[in-house]
Amino acid sequence: MTFSERDGSGAIGPHGDVTISVRDLVVGFGDKLVMKGLDLDVYRGEVLGFVGGSGQGKSVLTRAILGLVPTRGGSIRIFGKNRDSLPPAERRALEQRWGVLFQNGALFSGLTVKQNIQMPMRETRDLSPRLMDELAMLKIELVGLKPDAADKFPSELSGGMVKRAALARALALDPELVFLDEPTSGLDPIGAAEFDELIATLQKTLGLTVFMVTHDLDSLYSICDRVAALAEGKVIAAGPLETLLQSDHPWLKAYFHGVRGGRLAATIPD
Amino acid sequence: MAAGAAQALPDVSPLEGGARLALAGDWTLAASRRLEQKAQEIVDFGRRSTFVTIDLSGVSRLDTAGAWLINRSRRLLAGANVAVVIEHARPEHDILLEEAAYREFPPRARGRISIVAELLSDIGRAVVSSAREFYRGVAFLGEFVSVMAFVATHPKHFRGTSLVAHMELVGLRSAPIIILINLLVGSIVAQQGIFQLMRFGATSYTVSLIGILVLRELGVLLTAIMIAGRSGSAITAEIGSMKMREEVDALRVMGLSVIEVLVAPRVLALVASLPILTFIADIAALFGGMLVSWGYGGISPVAFTSLLRDAIGLNTFMVGIIKAPFMALVIGLIATMDGLATLGSAESLGRQVTSSVVKSIFMVIVLDGLFAVFFASIHY
Repeated sequence: MTFSERDGSGAIGPHGDVTISVRDLVVGFGDKLVMKGLDLDVYRGEVLGFVGGSGQGKSVLTRAILGLVPTRGGSIRIFGKNRDSLPPAERRALEQRWGVLFQNGALFSGLTVKQNIQMPMRETRDLSPRLMDELAMLKIELVGLKPDAADKFPSELSGGMVKRAALARALALDPELVFLDEPTSGLDPIGAAEFDELIATLQKTLGLTVFMVTHDLDSLYSICDRVAALAEGKVIAAGPLETLLQSDHPWLKAYFHGVRGGRLAATIPD
Repeated sequence: MAAGAAQALPDVSPLEGGARLALAGDWTLAASRRLEQKAQEIVDFGRRSTFVTIDLSGVSRLDTAGAWLINRSRRLLAGANVAVVIEHARPEHDILLEEAAYREFPPRARGRISIVAELLSDIGRAVVSSAREFYRGVAFLGEFVSVMAFVATHPKHFRGTSLVAHMELVGLRSAPIIILINLLVGSIVAQQGIFQLMRFGATSYTVSLIGILVLRELGVLLTAIMIAGRSGSAITAEIGSMKMREEVDALRVMGLSVIEVLVAPRVLALVASLPILTFIADIAALFGGMLVSWGYGGISPVAFTSLLRDAIGLNTFMVGIIKAPFMALVIGLIATMDGLATLGSAESLGRQVTSSVVKSIFMVIVLDGLFAVFFASIHY
């Protein structure tokens, strides 16, 4: 059975308070439609894992929510506001309430790690240099980087360090909502597990809402409160992982009960 | 959010020998500098007492910045021998206060040296780096020549398709702009020549002026400078971004020669295209000169051609054309070398492209000067 987010709405939310609400979203490039009337809710304080096959448009949806891809129809409401209809000042204020971790980090290559983290603070807040330095160092420590990484340039960092530094930058303004695009891709299993743990800890301490695009089944099992699956331009299922594991949708069955998924699914009691 | 932050002023109720500070509102980064002021106030109030109770029950929102500042105030007061107790913190605020526990970050050692010493060291560094660059340039030229020798003896390694593709980009696509620029410059030289020589009644010498100036110098120089700006920059940016995305390393680990695959087709395309472009440029400039001479100076095309034939010989034309491939080689080598020297950052790519264009234009002019001396001494 396929059910859309809307059919099973309300009850699934842990708090009922909706942070992101996407309705009937249509996104297309040329004559190809990538999103065909997609509905999705992200509730406040939850970690939502977003899965889907390669090329199904996970990144497109993230970019559409962030306003980087034009939409053709439907509405996207974030913190209860429709961003497209906001005046520019309010729109900027809204954008300062979220942090984004891009898949490849997207650190500014001409700035050091510390300068990267201070960039959003410097641009949008009036802080003393001392406090900015201290906060940047605090963020660097929070994400598990060594203090000497602060003065390194992105090209001098390893893949895992880039992810951590990018997360520190995403958290620079203490956002309420964090978008993570494949946060654990390219990390070794130990590093990935640490990163999952880090996200879980930060989510609890800072009370974040996390929207996480991922391919990592371990992340889904260990830190996601809810999982939404994307296929054929729609959310085919959304809910706690157990619900998705029992779904009959062929793609979900293949995803969770395939060679790799099956091993992990076996460890979860039905 | 801003309204909440405005209430962040600590509410002080003095106790016997101490003070109770009740914090209220949002203690978040959004309050910016005001938050720092409030933290300072906590310290100022606290210093006057022997113990301080910080009451967090009125705090609606707390983030790492707020927690950090509260912790810092606490530490500063503890340093002044004031006992600090935090009360009524919500569980999630407790976790946050613990995560943002105050710690000293070792200040970065930044050596202070005098401006004179810094200036001298900068000059020294610049001299050393240009010497090193010259050395690298010569080594690169040597490597290029040896690869060319290898390709000449192993024709299988000759990349014809790539060469033709680059010739289209470098040669064919720049033809329109080069024709236009040279047409204009030819016209301007003709107009000035006629205007200035009119006073001496020597208008017909304009044709010699145009012919010699364009064929010997202007045609090739303008074309080379255009190509350095247009194609040299493109080559540096292309190879530089390939370097940044590890594509160059990928070639290397496949056992392919970077010079053979990336450098040779581009440099050869430039060497082959520039003489052709120079020829086109010469014709365009002469044509522009002829049009202006006709319209402005009253020299008919028939008279223009016959005067031109008297003024120039094959050698005048050859002087320009011979220079072209050498200039192309210099542009191509500098562009590819600078592209390969790109480091990881976007800034570095920008720097390399700038340096490539500046250096190649400079070298083109230097080369032109050397050729002028050479041709003068062999009376060509």
